Parts: sequence; C-alpha cells; structure tokens
Amino acid sequence: MENFDLGHISLLIGFLLILVGFWGVLTQKNIIKIIVGFTILNTGINILMVSLGYVRGKTAPIIDDTVAQVGNHDVSASVVDPVPQALVLTAIVIGFGVTALMLAYAMKLYNAKKTLEINKFNDLKW
Amino acid sequence: MLRNSLLAVVVLVMGYMFYNVYSNYETRTELTGISQHFASKGAEEVGAANIVTAIVVTYRGFDTLGEVTILFLTASIIAFFLKLKDEESEIQIKHQNTSELLVTASQILIPIIFLFGIYVFINGHLTPGGGFQGGAIIATGVALMIMANPNVQINQHVIHWVESVSGVSFVIIGVLGIVLAGGFLDNKIFGDNLGEFGTLFSAGAIPIIYSFVGLKVGAEISNILNKYQKSQKEL
Repeated sequence: MENFDLGHISLLIGFLLILVGFWGVLTQKNIIKIIVGFTILNTGINILMVSLGYVRGKTAPIIDDTVAQVGNHDVSASVVDPVPQALVLTAIVIGFGVTALMLAYAMKLYNAKKTLEINKFNDLKW
Repeated sequence: MLRNSLLAVVVLVMGYMFYNVYSNYETRTELTGISQHFASKGAEEVGAANIVTAIVVTYRGFDTLGEVTILFLTASIIAFFLKLKDEESEIQIKHQNTSELLVTASQILIPIIFLFGIYVFINGHLTPGGGFQGGAIIATGVALMIMANPNVQINQHVIHWVESVSGVSFVIIGVLGIVLAGGFLDNKIFGDNLGEFGTLFSAGAIPIIYSFVGLKVGAEISNILNKYQKSQKEL
C-alpha cells in the first residue's frame, strides 16, 4: 500500500458503487428501486472513468494563476487528464436521459396495473 | 433464497474481476498522447481557461451536438409516451397542501436559482460548469416551482420556442464556423483574435455556443418535468 493515493480511493469507490448498483438492479422487486440501482451503477462508472484520468499530485484542468504554467498557458505538467472528464460529461447527460425514460416507463406501468411490483408484470412469461 | 445466493455469486465474481483490475492499477504520473496536446496547446488554440470546456465545445463539438440531440430525443419520447388523451383538459387533481415553508422559500429561491444557472453557463469557459450544468440548475428551479405548487401552469410555448431557437442557433454558429473559420463548430468565427485570456469575452464562440446549449438543456429538462407533472392528471 505504499502508492495508495486519490486515484486508488476513487477507483475503489467507483468499483464499490458499481457492485452496489448491480446488486440492487438484480435483487430489488420494486421498479423504482431498480431505477435507483441503475443510477448508482451509472454514478459508479462515471467515478471510475474520472479516476482513470487522475495523474498523481496534479490539479483540475482549469487554468488560472494558481496553476503552474509554462510559456503561453502550457499546463501539461500540472493538470490531470481532461479527456475522461469531457467524456464523463457526455455520459452523465446520457444517464440523465436514460433515467428520465425509465421513470416515464415506470409511470406507464403503474397506470396499467396499479402496482410497481416487477413480479406482477408476467404477461410475456410462459 | 437460492436465487439471491446465485446472484451473490455473480456479484462476487464481478467483484473479483474488479479486484484484479484494482490491484494492478498504478496512478499515472504524466499526461500522454492527445491529452498532452490539449493541456499544452489548448489555451493557445481555443482560448478557454477551462480545458474540459475547450474539449467539449470545440475539439469534440460534434459530440456535444449529438448529446443535445439525445436529450431532445429523450424529451420527445417522453412527450410521446406520456401523451394525454385530452391535452387541454382542465382537470385539477386535488393535491395535499404544500407546506408554507416550501411555498415561501420557493418564491425567494427560484429567481436566484435561475440567475445562478445563467451565471454557470455564461462562465462555462472560465469556471467549472457549462451549458449542461447550467441548464440542469435552471431545471431545478422549475422542479421547485412544481413542488411548491403542483397545479402550476408552465407556459409550453415559451419552452418550445426557447428550445427550438437555441437548437437552431447552435447549428447556425456551427455552419458559420465553416464559412468564417476552419470548420464546423470552430470557435474562431470572430477572427483569430480570441480576446484576452481568462475574461468573459474570450475563447471566440464558446460562451455563445454554451449559452445556447444551456438554454436548450434547461428548456428540455423543464419540458420533461412538465410532462411528468401533466401526466398526473390521468391517474
């Protein structure tokens, strides 16, 4: 554990959240709880992606006077990887869209059977 | 019980795979490849203090256009899915009285939340934040409005107009990039002078594009919330 730092901590939290979310999606019976499981899973994956862009001891990729710069605002020696952060921004928006859609479906399902118990929706089961 | 223990085995195997990844992980000590280029040349080429914004709006501008399209698609599917049988019916469901505290606080907070959302997307190229975050903050204001008064009527025409106009303007600015600068969504549409680094009027077209994105995202999320609210009438 000599190299334990922020990168490891966030990686660990990301993996744990993924497992918790996965467990929730698999075991819960209530549709709303399943949706909550999906959002936890989603958050875990986002944290994982951000933590893979971590560079030891570096700061956020926003240039101001407190960030060490070389020449014409060259900060490549003092910031973390900005690319995964930009990707995660996309992923969060997609996650929002998916969650909103799932909630709309849950609403429709509730209207159809007046219950959110997933076991009651067995019309396609044989 | 058997089912749960099988699921526990699945999750444990997954956890074991994650553990192997975790134990082989070593924190990076320097930037490589394209990130190196973005960090060293980004400020010079794009002029935005926030490098993530520079990547999202300019280097990967197409992706952002697609992202906004996906949000629009979500809003459309929800509108289609929660379509009311009688859109204009004035049935008012009787909600429980909302608390005095919430109503009073919302009257003070909503203008401040809107203002903060606008601040966040206008300063997207300087501070953490940007169009998507600002839009989401604006939509929180709308959510608070609905929570404080579940029967509130949100003007759909305003939402639709804001959404359409900002979406079209985003694409028009992108096309202007082809005409006046290097390519689609290039931010140098006002010439090569990008303004003084770190001020509000810098980074070329980025603040304008991000403001339109913020308005569009705010309108779309408000639209989704509005659909959720209206579909309560059917219960």
